[in-house]
Amino acid sequence: MSNTELEIVVDDPTAPEENSPAVVSTGAVDVIVSLLLLALSLVLGWDNWRTGASWDSTGPQPGYFPFYLSVILGAASLYGLGAAFVSRREAAETFVTRAQFRRVMAVFVPTFLFCLATQYLGLYVASFLLIAGFMRLVGKIALWKSLLTAFIFTAAMFVTFDVAFDVIMPKGPLEAAFGY
Amino acid sequence: MEAFGLLLHGFTVLLTWKTLLLMMVGLVLGIFVGVLPGLGGPNGVAILLPLTFTMDPTSAIVMLSCIYWGALFGGAITSILFNIPGEAWSVATTFDGYPMAQQGRAAEALTAAFTSSFIGSLVAVLLITFLAPMISSFALKFGPPEFFAVYLLTFCSFVGLGREAKHKTVISMSLGLLLAGVGMDTVSGQLRMTFGSAELLRGINFLVAVIGLFGISEILLTMEERLALRGHAAGISLRVVLSVWKELPKYWVTLLRSSVIGCWLGITPGGAIAASFMGYNLAKRFSKDQESFGKGRIEGVFAPETAAHASGTSALLPMLALGIPGSGTAAILLGGLMVWGLNPGPLLFVEHKDFVWGLIASMYLGNVVGLVLVLTTVPIFASILRVPFAAVAPMIVVSCAIGAYAIQNALFDIWLMLGFGVVGYVFKKIAIPLAPFTLALVLGSRAEDAFRLSMIGSGGDMKVFWSNGLVGSITTLAIVLLFWPVIDRAFAGVARLVRPAKA
Repeated sequence: MSNTELEIVVDDPTAPEENSPAVVSTGAVDVIVSLLLLALSLVLGWDNWRTGASWDSTGPQPGYFPFYLSVILGAASLYGLGAAFVSRREAAETFVTRAQFRRVMAVFVPTFLFCLATQYLGLYVASFLLIAGFMRLVGKIALWKSLLTAFIFTAAMFVTFDVAFDVIMPKGPLEAAFGY
Repeated sequence: MEAFGLLLHGFTVLLTWKTLLLMMVGLVLGIFVGVLPGLGGPNGVAILLPLTFTMDPTSAIVMLSCIYWGALFGGAITSILFNIPGEAWSVATTFDGYPMAQQGRAAEALTAAFTSSFIGSLVAVLLITFLAPMISSFALKFGPPEFFAVYLLTFCSFVGLGREAKHKTVISMSLGLLLAGVGMDTVSGQLRMTFGSAELLRGINFLVAVIGLFGISEILLTMEERLALRGHAAGISLRVVLSVWKELPKYWVTLLRSSVIGCWLGITPGGAIAASFMGYNLAKRFSKDQESFGKGRIEGVFAPETAAHASGTSALLPMLALGIPGSGTAAILLGGLMVWGLNPGPLLFVEHKDFVWGLIASMYLGNVVGLVLVLTTVPIFASILRVPFAAVAPMIVVSCAIGAYAIQNALFDIWLMLGFGVVGYVFKKIAIPLAPFTLALVLGSRAEDAFRLSMIGSGGDMKVFWSNGLVGSITTLAIVLLFWPVIDRAFAGVARLVRPAKA
């Protein structure tokens, strides 16, 4: 038999608390999503109607297929809206608790900033900042480890994509200074 | 057999050092992706797709399909050692796999899982080898109405047979089809749903959407949960492997049953998840000793793993032969084929023989190499889980962004990816299924073209979809499947009326 004395244990110091209050219920999100989809179907349906959703001598016009899809989407979202109002039981369920929401934001906000930074600083600088910052601030990992990991990963990505496989990524002022 | 000769030719295409090296790289990356929480088969393939853009199509697909096999193998490692299914289809493997690990039989369970995965895939690949050429030569006779009918069948079977609320499947599917139509209309050249935006002119790229929907949203979801884990480390010795293999013949019924279930569910868009549960439940039902299931029975590992891999592999059959993917990952591979300028479908077998048979040969070889690789490297991959998630998460985000950008060299796509990430997160939480969305997005323009071509051919007469026996029966079957829940209930009602005593 194999040796299983070795245990792997990983702890999660920033785990969300169990009894955190709910931010929003599943029912409410259901309603909001249905409304958004309904609005989307109206906008797309209108646009396709404008493009032409009927038949001409050569067959269906460009808007025909998507127009009827918008109708289907609209109908399904309306049904969803109705179903969300009718089922009270599901509506009471928690969509996300406050602690969970905070954690999700802890990923979403850095990702958003990363996308923004990519636009101005180039992808590699942005990814270095994201990894180092995330490990240090969210993961509470030692600064030197964070910086080193971020540097190695970013460098590896640069070598793999830009050098080895010729897949060119967006660059910023730093790369320009090095002549890339 | 003609297929056999072509397969041998496929092996000769494959057996170069470069291809074999790519295969190993693909497998390692795949296992890595399968083991990491918050990533999985479809995400891994989508994120790593850009790596292959500069390769020739054969090397590229070999590497991608090996990433896929690797991810399938990798999912089993975490489910057995940590009780964390890396993939939804590995859930059934945890039922008996984890108890085995707790009893100190982790190595045995892992060997069983990898071996049965291998057997499942092998059966499915054999099926592909002999069935795919037949189906594709049959499908060569298809015209636009037949193709539209097959697409319709695919969509309808998702709605009718899916377990999610019907309107949610419809929402997901129509949204996918709509987004597939954004941009330049392929038939008339007119712009649709772009609202004057130059960025939307290109259309919404399928792969960008997939990277957001699966990669980014999965990170958000993973973060929400408690990330602590506790499990067992295990190495596999040759002695254990041989002792498990000696046991194998005893379970041939289970293996065969699971393979058949897997192949069947893989071809029909039901997917590996259903297959793994069904394989497990049937093995349990037919067992003489039902009580011992869930307490560390090796058969409980064999059954779901064989089924999951058989279905994961056979999902590639409709993709190759008809151009219709049977699973989310197959849909992404299909997206890859289109990037390399190959048109998936029956013509692929005629026009790109090297490519198709190279791919099929790589399925055989990839599985053998994969089996050896996972058996020898389990301890290394298990220790990846020690890496804190705070380090893994931003790396995945960066990989996603690189993948999204590289597809069309557009910064806008990175934002699109982020948007789809949020959409995917919300949809998953309110149980709107993402698989129909993915499928609709990749098939959307092809389905529309098929529809419009048949309409042009028939002069706008809907009867074209019932114009001959073949297309008529496919269309009718599609409509029956769409209303299957209603029909099923009606049948049950009638049966109750006829035999009230039994109810």
